[in-house]
Amino acid sequence: MLTGLVDGILGGIGIGSVLLLAALGLAIVFGLMGVINMAHGELMMLGAYTTFVVQNVFKSLGGDWLETYILFALPLAFLVAALMGLILERGVVRYLYGRPLETLLATWGVSLILQQFVRSVNWVLVIGLALFCLFFFGGMWLLSRRADWQRLRGWAIALLLPLSLGISAVTGNILSQTYKLVVTKPWFGAQNVDVTAPKWLRSGFSLGSFQVSSVRLFIVALTIFCVVGIYLFLQRSPWGLRIRAVTQNRSMSACLGIPTQKVDALTFALGSGLAGVAGCALSLLGSVGPNTGQNYIVDTFMVVVVGGVGKLVGSIVAAMAIGTLTYLIGSDAFRPLLTAVPPLADFFTFFSSTSMAKVMVFALIVVFLQVRPAGLFPQKGRTVDA
Amino acid sequence: MARQFGRRKFLIYGSATFGTSILLKACASNPTPQAGESASPTTAASPAAAGSGNTIKVGILHSLSGTMAISEKSVVDAEQLAIAEINQAGGVLGKQIEAVVEDGASDWPTFAEKATKLIDQDKVATIFGCWTSASRKAVLPVFEQKNHMLWYPVQYEGQECSKNIFYTGAAPNQQIEPSVDWLLENKGKEFFLVGSDYVFPRTANTIIKAQLEAKGAKVVGEDYLPLGSTEVTPIIAKIKQALPNGGVIYNTLNGDSNVAFFKQLQGAGMGPDKYPSMSVSIAEEEVKAIGPEYLKGHYAAWNYFQTVDTPANKKFVEAFKAKYGSDRVTNDPMEAAYIMVYIWKQAVEKAATADDMEKVRAAAVGQTFDAPQGQVSLAANHHLSKVVRIGEVRDDGLFEIVSSTDKAVAPVPWNQYVAETKGFACDWSDPAKGGKYKTT
Repeated sequence: MLTGLVDGILGGIGIGSVLLLAALGLAIVFGLMGVINMAHGELMMLGAYTTFVVQNVFKSLGGDWLETYILFALPLAFLVAALMGLILERGVVRYLYGRPLETLLATWGVSLILQQFVRSVNWVLVIGLALFCLFFFGGMWLLSRRADWQRLRGWAIALLLPLSLGISAVTGNILSQTYKLVVTKPWFGAQNVDVTAPKWLRSGFSLGSFQVSSVRLFIVALTIFCVVGIYLFLQRSPWGLRIRAVTQNRSMSACLGIPTQKVDALTFALGSGLAGVAGCALSLLGSVGPNTGQNYIVDTFMVVVVGGVGKLVGSIVAAMAIGTLTYLIGSDAFRPLLTAVPPLADFFTFFSSTSMAKVMVFALIVVFLQVRPAGLFPQKGRTVDA
Repeated sequence: MARQFGRRKFLIYGSATFGTSILLKACASNPTPQAGESASPTTAASPAAAGSGNTIKVGILHSLSGTMAISEKSVVDAEQLAIAEINQAGGVLGKQIEAVVEDGASDWPTFAEKATKLIDQDKVATIFGCWTSASRKAVLPVFEQKNHMLWYPVQYEGQECSKNIFYTGAAPNQQIEPSVDWLLENKGKEFFLVGSDYVFPRTANTIIKAQLEAKGAKVVGEDYLPLGSTEVTPIIAKIKQALPNGGVIYNTLNGDSNVAFFKQLQGAGMGPDKYPSMSVSIAEEEVKAIGPEYLKGHYAAWNYFQTVDTPANKKFVEAFKAKYGSDRVTNDPMEAAYIMVYIWKQAVEKAATADDMEKVRAAAVGQTFDAPQGQVSLAANHHLSKVVRIGEVRDDGLFEIVSSTDKAVAPVPWNQYVAETKGFACDWSDPAKGGKYKTT
């Protein structure tokens, strides 16, 4: 009985921490900013690919370096995903604040672009893109310093766009003609890539009669680290104060001289960076491929919605609850308790297959949201309607 | 501020461009209008179509984007390699093969749409394509209605036998059944079945359960994971409960779930010494993606491994690496895709036409080919006889072949362990028998 309880809690925490880590970034972007970011999963994927690249670099260094790569991959994954998030916010999301439907569609489009990008990225594509950006945005920037810029703008775009497109296309063609496979070979390809955990994370150890896997333990530790880090950042740092102020009342904060645009960009980058960290950690458990992110996006939204939008503590409790529930139903832990009541035992056995367990968990969530539509920890006060 | 490029202008220019492109497309796609008008969909494709000119058009229909791109892209590579080789050797009937590649985008209705396009618009002589059973089931009505021809290169669950499809992957009796027999002989009698939650694993497990029951072995548990799901902790807990002292895991998981399953199986301390697993969806490419560190010592059942030692295979692997890079590997579906192009070519040459479907079909039956896996021949039920092999994952990610049949095993599409199809067979060389007839 007691062993069953401990086993359930350990398994639940294991699944829950994975859910929480994946949902943390979204809890900030969706929870605090109210932006429905469908590309969240793809930011995780970028983090996972960063891990892959770092692993390969360390592999080529040889020796004991490979054992430590994950410690370098984590901050780098944060940076790469945060940078991508920054570009996404500056390039797309900032034009769409307050329009949830458009944001949803636009970020969904971005997620598809990112997926296809990692599938087909090669030197030709990168060089072409770089050239295009250089000519188009460089040219726009140069021209924008002229006094009659407003009048010229339309013509400048009409001229620069085909010109820079043409230059990059021709260069790409010439490059692929001359160097063939060297430049046209995709970096990652459509195949999943192989991220192998360092040796010290691959084994498990016994704790009494329980087998604890070290990767799970590492993820639990990382999750705690991230949660504490975010808490301190939001509560103790000046930028955290500004973020909280803007999420509570945007116009008042702007009046008081808080640079809301900068705060938006920073918040979005922070959430994206956390997605990168999650992607890095989850590459130790699951697969790394163009579709990696899609596998998590539904779960992460589920955690944030059940926890209550706008509350980090809600996400934590929700992740742990969903994790434990999934584990208990999925591993058929109720059966020994219910042998006295055969119909009930049969009922739980029917739902004990992993895909049926998911059905049951979702059904329970639907029922729960009927009772508490705003989630576990709803936001209170006048800002809710705003 | 008046914008120079207003909405109205945009509409005018936009519709002008659109109209021009439609006009151009109409001109380009209809160089031989009489062929397009005379071909009625129910008759065999008109002779004027694919064979005209100096090329023979064939269709390649796989997912180049979406979930299945992971697997299907390399199959396209193998097909392109075969076509390039044939062209270099002089082509078919003195004509070069021209491949029209379409993207099914991992979306089954798209597959049907693109198949229709390839047949009606491009007038291809045949189509090489599909991976998932779902995509095959989606295009099947198209091929039957238009009486066209599909070559399908992937091992599948059987229980199908269409006149319009040639199946060059393994039927269950060429992969699943022999591997279960091998496990019973060498590894144990208690099985846990793990699979993804869709048609192939469920059908495969039905067959395995019927087979194990017939042989007096036991299934201690069965579990399915939604496609793409990576949360495998509950399954691992269940395996441990059901098989506390070790036992056999039969794995029909597909795609990403495999990675999570094997990574976490090792984390839970369940190695192949106590919990050997047999997989039917893990080949060389997947091993590379999962990481050999996690898979070493586990087993897979296929007809072909890159490590098969035949002269034809040496040639195939070398040609593939030369064309696509030395870090690429070859696997079973790629080999099946490669040989099906050659068998089609032989059939066309025997029939002396690429366009008369009936003649090509009749000529295809009985064709033999010296494939990388050993000699194969196309049976009257439109499946390929194949050598069955069991491989164990090595350090370098390739397979050590631990068991292999002496000669090719004849295909049995209608399963003989499952009650509903027991006693049925398929024979397209005899018009009286057809796709499903009772043998007894």
